[in-house]
Amino acid sequence: MLGHKPSLPLPPHRTPRSAVSANLATPAMSIFEYNGSAVVAMVGKNCFAIASDRRLGVQLQTVATDFQRVFKIHGKLYLGLSGLATDAQTLYQRLVFKHKLYQLREERDMKPETFASLVSALLYEKRFGPYFCQPIIAGLGEDNEPFICTMDCIGAKELAKDFVVSGTASESLYGACESMYKPNMEPEELFETISQALLSSVDRDCLSGWGGYVLVVTPTEVQERVLKGRMD
Amino acid sequence: MGDSQYSFSLTTFSPSGKLVQIEHALTAVGSGQTSLGIKAANGVVIATEKKLPSILVDETSVQKIQSLTPNIGVVYSGMGPDFRVLVRKSRKQAQQYYRLYKETIPVTQLVRETAAVMQEFTQSGGVRPFGVSLLIAGYDDNGPQLYQVDPSGSYFSWKASAMGKNVSNAKTFLEKRYTEDMELDDAIHTAILTLKEGFEGQISANNIEIGVIRADREFKVLTPAEIKDFLEEVE
Repeated sequence: MLGHKPSLPLPPHRTPRSAVSANLATPAMSIFEYNGSAVVAMVGKNCFAIASDRRLGVQLQTVATDFQRVFKIHGKLYLGLSGLATDAQTLYQRLVFKHKLYQLREERDMKPETFASLVSALLYEKRFGPYFCQPIIAGLGEDNEPFICTMDCIGAKELAKDFVVSGTASESLYGACESMYKPNMEPEELFETISQALLSSVDRDCLSGWGGYVLVVTPTEVQERVLKGRMD
Repeated sequence: MGDSQYSFSLTTFSPSGKLVQIEHALTAVGSGQTSLGIKAANGVVIATEKKLPSILVDETSVQKIQSLTPNIGVVYSGMGPDFRVLVRKSRKQAQQYYRLYKETIPVTQLVRETAAVMQEFTQSGGVRPFGVSLLIAGYDDNGPQLYQVDPSGSYFSWKASAMGKNVSNAKTFLEKRYTEDMELDDAIHTAILTLKEGFEGQISANNIEIGVIRADREFKVLTPAEIKDFLEEVE
């Protein structure tokens, strides 16, 4: 995928250093790994789940353990943004702005596919100076058909029928999801599966973790849950 | 009377609260060839007279009814060249919408954007309003729709409407003939009869144009052969 930068393997043991000297001593990190993130979405039976980790770091230092990466666009459409945190926040603000105007003009909510096209167009506008984010879009369509997709930082869409992953933990997430996923799971089972996949993957990635945040959306209700994993 | 002193600049209000240029634009529309539209339960029909200035003109080269998207068509009364400019702009806007959302533009949104363009030309320096009123017919997720857009940029949704030379007779005729649950083929017959009402000379398949959109959401301009069939049914 276009946006996937080669990541330098970090030394396994790091003695804690102050933030000042860390900048001089740390090897050059990809901009996508500056804050650390893990986001995943899965399709179930007439429902979907979207989950993310909660760590916000500045390279090796953890700065927040309650950082929000999954945002609501409307009742049946959610957006997860991994990558550089500032770009994630700005992109979310711009998209909410566009969606609110759309709602006022067209007197309806945006369909997930339409929203995905909008995100893709917005990202490509900045083709030569991109937002360093990898979005995940998850929603319920017109007849409550679950829809998920992801794209790279310049808007190349990737639709999936089962699951999509992004963030610094994406490689582990791919593996965990591939082995744990099965189609047509009910909301409860979907919650279990996505939670296990997320927690086991972020444990293998030092830049993401500090718990998890899981959202399971069905046509009738939305369940938010906060997970406690290895708090490191 | 005092209004004429204020007709030099389009962007200046007259004391009676009018923009005189827009009034003149509406006059230009009112002296244009009659056009009309009828919204049926399962589609929309728009039609217009196609009176050519001379028998030497190749009538196949003139197309007064145009499509803006595969599921939206438009007809006008007034100045043909102004119409062509608006068609071009509207088509571009429809495509820009598609490029952004990968979704075909809803009829109301296209009407709104076209009307916004027409309004711009009533509030900018060095330009004049468009000398056309448009009848936009489309079929989207909200069903069949018919909108009229005026030179001022105001737009209205109609069940049936007419514009141009014979507007008052045509509207009276339509008011009598229109029913809520009309089928599209009935609407086409009614449209032909309405055109016939004020027609100077003999109506034929070559001097009227009809555009139709059904539940299949494909806007089509009827061929002269198809118009001939409908004309025969009416007689």
